[in-house]
Amino acid sequence: MIIAVAWRNIWRNRMRSLVIISAITLGIFAGVFSTSFMKGMSDQRIETAIKSEVSHIQIHRPEYRKQDKLKLYLPEAAEKLTKIRKLPHVQGVSNRIVINGMISSAGKGSGVKLNAIVPASEKEVTDIHEQIIDGTYFKDTPKRVKPLVLGQKLAEKLNVQLRSRIVINFTNAQGVPTSAGFRVTGIYKTANHNFDGMNVYARYQDLQQPSGLPQGGGHKIAIYLDENEALSQTKSKIQEMFPEAEVSDWKDLSPELTYLNEAMDQYMYVIIIIILLALCFGIINTMLMAVLERVKELGMLMAIGMTRIRVFFMIMTESVFLSLTGGFTGVIVGYLAVKLTAKTGFDLSMYAEGFQALGWSSHIYPDIDINTLLNITILVIITGILSSIYPSIKALKLNPAESIRTE
Amino acid sequence: MKVIEIKNLEKIYNSTSVPVHAVNGINLEFQEGEFAAIVGPSGSGKTTLLNILGGLDDPTHGQVIINNEDLSTLSSSDRIKFRLNNIGFVFQSYNLIPVMTAFENVEFIMQLQKWPKPKRHERTKQLLKAVGLEERMHNRPNKLSGGQQQRVAVARALASKPRFILADEPTANLDSKSTETLLDIMEKLNREENITFIFSTHDQRVVKKARRVITVEDGKVKSDEVPQ
Repeated sequence: MIIAVAWRNIWRNRMRSLVIISAITLGIFAGVFSTSFMKGMSDQRIETAIKSEVSHIQIHRPEYRKQDKLKLYLPEAAEKLTKIRKLPHVQGVSNRIVINGMISSAGKGSGVKLNAIVPASEKEVTDIHEQIIDGTYFKDTPKRVKPLVLGQKLAEKLNVQLRSRIVINFTNAQGVPTSAGFRVTGIYKTANHNFDGMNVYARYQDLQQPSGLPQGGGHKIAIYLDENEALSQTKSKIQEMFPEAEVSDWKDLSPELTYLNEAMDQYMYVIIIIILLALCFGIINTMLMAVLERVKELGMLMAIGMTRIRVFFMIMTESVFLSLTGGFTGVIVGYLAVKLTAKTGFDLSMYAEGFQALGWSSHIYPDIDINTLLNITILVIITGILSSIYPSIKALKLNPAESIRTE
Repeated sequence: MKVIEIKNLEKIYNSTSVPVHAVNGINLEFQEGEFAAIVGPSGSGKTTLLNILGGLDDPTHGQVIINNEDLSTLSSSDRIKFRLNNIGFVFQSYNLIPVMTAFENVEFIMQLQKWPKPKRHERTKQLLKAVGLEERMHNRPNKLSGGQQQRVAVARALASKPRFILADEPTANLDSKSTETLLDIMEKLNREENITFIFSTHDQRVVKKARRVITVEDGKVKSDEVPQ
């Protein structure tokens, strides 16, 4: 009965309750939506990094990641590929030779990371082939041409276009200065400007001999999984298969992404808590008015035998109902708004330069998970309970004899 | 059988610069089945006396003993439970819960006493029938007249099967007809079911019906008589 009475009590002053419920709804909606917006950004950044840059898992020689030297290659990388491909959840595996060198066009030069790849395998682990904006991804190349695919940022920097000649100078695995000539056959553009300005792709077959690596050798085996949830399990299996190699997942390779993800989570909750704190004062004010308007009635209830704990529970329930009604509506409206915009996303291309400089996509697809919504709902209930404490104490301090005679 | 015993009751308010003796050495006894009116001018101390009798206020000195239980020895929470199970209240301005129907207002007190639902419903219907409101039991207070609301309040006061009912100026806001109806109902309940009623009033219509009239002045009992 107390619960039913509490529910009816919040509708005594319909307008006042609707005002605070609307404020809570708007606040929670804003919180849910901004949270999902940030989560979308963060998830997309991670997805971009996995798809275009690091893949889920990489295998190297143990010293390679620290020293980044050409001679630190995996001698039987190609054989490892075959074994890894048989593991569950493995969607694609690619072996790469990675060379740091100087790239030069007719008039300009720049430092680059030259990735020698097998295009068919590389397509399974990165989506660079889908990001081609000019030319092709190692397709229909004349026999005598050594094709090179580079990022738009680098192409602009070197002032080159399709069919331009390019020379890359580097020191091979035996320490011999070497150069290799290529022709630009494809230009790609990812969401990360820095990546585009640094990474170029050539065919494995064109660079294996100049790099001084044996056939089948490589510096990096990139592995793409069908789901991120299988990450640690697959990583452990691969590590067991090749104990001599260093097996790293994207979290090890790009720790900043893990921090980003965690920071975004915490930031989301900070925003929600600030919103709820602001709403808390509104709820306290509403409940205080409700208590002060009902002094006589509360006095009567205590006079006829309603215990103070029941009075406290009734006021608290009213406050929680008020918060939950607004909070729940806000969560639902926020969730629906996220679902409605999740497919189309938000095109912020007017800020694309800034976003891409940081490696972010300028097209944001909001996303939210059920756990976050549950946590927000729990926080709303806690806010309701906390907001009820002061008005309830005020009610408990009423003297029944005096309250009954209040006009 | 003695229901209430008041011994050397005093209540002094020190909230003003001069202490006020609202109740000044009252000794009274009430027997089961009494229909008594406490009368006196405004400020005479009758409401204070009623508040102390109902355990809503503490005396400065003296004792209120109800069914051999000294109210002053009870803790605050025990006193609330004591009120719930022993005392029925009827207030001047009805004080019904506006978001509940007449039925729910009466039933509510039995819910506080944790009665089973079928028994609650049966008794609520009986009580509302006894006060002539069985047709209006699903109306909220704002759909009832003042007299009807006060009858619901009487039914609510009776719901918990109290030892006695304290009614603080129950007819002050009622017209003559409603007052007549209400007094008839209370008198009938008193006569037929031996329920003890103690009123504080200065309404002569109530005084005329009372079988014992206690006049209070300056916090003291000026007279305690049984009208002929």
